[in-house]
Amino acid sequence: MSSSKQPASTSFKAPDSSRLQLDEQGRLRHFLTTDGLSKDILTEIMDVAESFSSVGQQAVKKVPVLRGKTIVNLFFENSTRTRTTFDLAAKRLSADVINLNIATSATSKGESILDTIRNLEAMQADMFVVRHSASGAAHFIANNVEPHVSVINAGDGSHAHPTQAMLDMFTIRREKKVFSPLKVAIIGDILHSRVARSQIHALNTLGVKEVRVIAPKTLLPSDTDSLGVHVYSDLATGLDDVDVIIMLRLQRERMGSALLPSEHEYFECFGLTEEKLAYAKPDVMVMHPGPINRGVEMDAAVADGPHSVILQQVTNGIAIRMAVMTLALGQAKGAEQ
Amino acid sequence: MDTDVTSIDIDAVIELMANQLADQMKRKNIVEPLMIGIHTGGLWVATKLHQKLGLTKPLGEIDISFYRDDFTRIGLNPQVKPSHIPSEVESEHIILVDDVLYTGRTIRAALNEIFDYGRPDSVTLAVLVDRGARELPLHADIVGLELDLSPEKQVKLTGPTPLALETNRS
Repeated sequence: MSSSKQPASTSFKAPDSSRLQLDEQGRLRHFLTTDGLSKDILTEIMDVAESFSSVGQQAVKKVPVLRGKTIVNLFFENSTRTRTTFDLAAKRLSADVINLNIATSATSKGESILDTIRNLEAMQADMFVVRHSASGAAHFIANNVEPHVSVINAGDGSHAHPTQAMLDMFTIRREKKVFSPLKVAIIGDILHSRVARSQIHALNTLGVKEVRVIAPKTLLPSDTDSLGVHVYSDLATGLDDVDVIIMLRLQRERMGSALLPSEHEYFECFGLTEEKLAYAKPDVMVMHPGPINRGVEMDAAVADGPHSVILQQVTNGIAIRMAVMTLALGQAKGAEQ
Repeated sequence: MDTDVTSIDIDAVIELMANQLADQMKRKNIVEPLMIGIHTGGLWVATKLHQKLGLTKPLGEIDISFYRDDFTRIGLNPQVKPSHIPSEVESEHIILVDDVLYTGRTIRAALNEIFDYGRPDSVTLAVLVDRGARELPLHADIVGLELDLSPEKQVKLTGPTPLALETNRS
């Protein structure tokens, strides 16, 4: 990890191993990061999500697969969309859901989190969906839960947001069918973006032709070279011939700091407009994890235009979260296939 | 007394089923039924029946993996396919098709799934093979052939072309 200026990102040991995510048979047990997961596992998640995508069309939008399971959404950091889609995903699987919003205070440290976990385990929770402003929080919890409990990372600090990355991969696959010929550009605040990190790992594992990041130099992490991406600081050259554009949300609270001069200047250089879209392939798809700052990251005309798949991303997010929850809770101990 | 199932002419059996189905639809005054096949073998049989009967409503397909009663015991079937029912289920006459009827648990799951799409007026069950040993109070309306197999034997439809039955000890 680079020495980012995240205020609350130092409480936990940096996550090291993705082995924690798999059981002895190599099946998904926790879902903490896309880093280190095989192409087979990522593909399986998308295949199962594809099957769940029909549930939203049923008159009764529910399947009984996780009936009797208790899922706790443990949100130490605010989120509307992510929490809502996790909530909805669990309910469509017929699980019982508890939503806990625990405001992060500067003093909230590992020990009090463990107390929370122990209490919820005493209430027979089967799964924790964790969002936390500290990188490594979900790993920490996964390392400390009972053997039958699964943990899903819903975003930790600037480290990972694997379900967002997978819903983006799923959206790309549904539009473009195959990954191998694709050139994908990720634009914006790469430095602070857990979404970008998870996307880059997933895109490279799934074998796209090229991953580009387009960002001001101040918003690139120091370890960019090791991520397997091509770096561009000019939008026009970076967008040349790309199939997929992924915009990142610009956190307004970082505006005006030394990293970013002003919204206006950012939009001038890195904002996506219809004219700039013309540099990319004619059938380019435009993605954004939401919520959009219209007129900062992109024009309203682009966000609502024919290339935008932003609302499909939201719908696909439910199916991906259903898939991950079912796969993690569906690996019965000692079961043979 | 186990039969050699590999030599059975499956197309001829399906032809027979189609005739029985046509008779039954006529008797029940059902003009435009909605046929639904259960993945994967049931869908193969349904595709043939749908064609032979010249049905107008497009064929539906369901995968009952998310409705199984043994999820907590054996986990998720990794080969799960999307369900796709192209038209309304509400107030329709359904013909549900599967390849092998055994314990009845697959049909239980399929009925639950169909009812999550709407309330059909009726459901008729057609199966290629009924091998008995039911564990639930269900029966098929149309049966291609009845097989008397010892419990340790599995019977499986292979396909889609040609369709054939095979048995193996599990």
